[in-house]
Amino acid sequence: MNVSRVGVRALQQGAKPNVFFSQNLPRVAINAIQTRPASTNKITENDAQSLLAAQRRQRPISPHLQVYDPTQTWFGGSIWNRITGSVFSGGLYIFGATYLAAPLLGWHIESASIAAAFGSLPLAVKGSLKFLLAWPFAFHSINSMRHLTWDTAKGFSKKSVMSGGYAILGASVVSALGMVLFF
Amino acid sequence: MAALRSSSRLLATASRSAFKPAVLTRSMATVGDATNQAEPKNSTVSKMKKFQIYRWNPDQPTEKPKMQTYELDLNKTGPMVLDALVRIKNEIDPTLTFRRSCREGICGSCAMNINGTNTLACLCRIPTDTAEMKVYPLPHTYVVKDLVPDLTHFYKQYKSIKPYLQRDTPSPDGKEYRQSKADRRKLDGLYECILCACCSTSCPSYWWNQEEYLGPAILLQSYRWIIDSRDERLSERKAALDNSMSLYRCHTILNCTRTCPKGLNPGLAIAEIKKEMAF
Repeated sequence: MNVSRVGVRALQQGAKPNVFFSQNLPRVAINAIQTRPASTNKITENDAQSLLAAQRRQRPISPHLQVYDPTQTWFGGSIWNRITGSVFSGGLYIFGATYLAAPLLGWHIESASIAAAFGSLPLAVKGSLKFLLAWPFAFHSINSMRHLTWDTAKGFSKKSVMSGGYAILGASVVSALGMVLFF
Repeated sequence: MAALRSSSRLLATASRSAFKPAVLTRSMATVGDATNQAEPKNSTVSKMKKFQIYRWNPDQPTEKPKMQTYELDLNKTGPMVLDALVRIKNEIDPTLTFRRSCREGICGSCAMNINGTNTLACLCRIPTDTAEMKVYPLPHTYVVKDLVPDLTHFYKQYKSIKPYLQRDTPSPDGKEYRQSKADRRKLDGLYECILCACCSTSCPSYWWNQEEYLGPAILLQSYRWIIDSRDERLSERKAALDNSMSLYRCHTILNCTRTCPKGLNPGLAIAEIKKEMAF
């Protein structure tokens, strides 16, 4: 390797005198013993392993959620599908348990009293409460359809992954507004 | 090999010297001085851009990782992020540590998190605006130093899927295992994977469960052997994935598909495996 490189260098210098290296460099390079300025210590295999293990214990974990593109983490369709799903199933359990315990505790959460209480609220509050329930429902329904499509291994192109996310967000807001206005 | 390489270099030198005097010039990604280069139109105007780069030194393990800011003139820097990193290392701070090799997106060494998404520094253009650029190592990996992540576990997982052809029957002609054109086409979009780990480390599922979940890169590789018509261990390969963690921690977040610097589709490969497992 070295010898062949020296040959190349000699040839290059034959083409043109080099300003940086003297002409007799190749001969010197062949005779010179290579030296490395750094010194190394020999250690046993076991010592090397324990050194590595000690160093590994100190390694930090690189930042993840805090640095990754938020549109793909915090505002991604996936996490919101999970959040809305959890809110609804959790809400169902909580309401069901409360409904069961209501007669014992003397609470009135029958449909009629809830409807009456809701009816007495101001219009803006009514609308926003309805939207708060309607949007998660709309989003979860539409996005779940998308997940079902994905299970058939369709709709995976980069373009449809990105534009589909925005389309679903838009569709869920529109249908939530529809539910607020007409139900 | 060495002889081959040097003889081709010799040829290259010979042809170069026909046109211009052969001073020992090396074509590097970094632009050293403007005299060698075709002058950009407004080379007198410097276009400064700040690069914030994650630093952590294993020799001072008690010091917390920090962001260090470097400023470069874009008019004197190559177009890619890797050019900027090389230039910082050569001219500003030789202690900056990162992996790089091929500078053309085929080795996968320079995978890192640039402005929020994982990509190869050599394939990522520096945005020409003057906003600060942020460079981190691949997310949720153990940092060896600065931008160098520890990928030992990633490679172990790769080994665990037996990434090689397994068969018992010899080929009919005793020479090669032949494949129809249609079967070969099934490997397109899979064999190009360079295992840079951009997709796996973009996946929140992999962040939280990387001890057991294989992650998009390894699953894409797994599918590459599942779909190969010459491989004869389909049932074993499927059985190895048939548990709650190895494959089914994929929740189709699809950060993998969005981030792949080679334009592949790990999300689709995983969906195909799930389909293969179901039917």
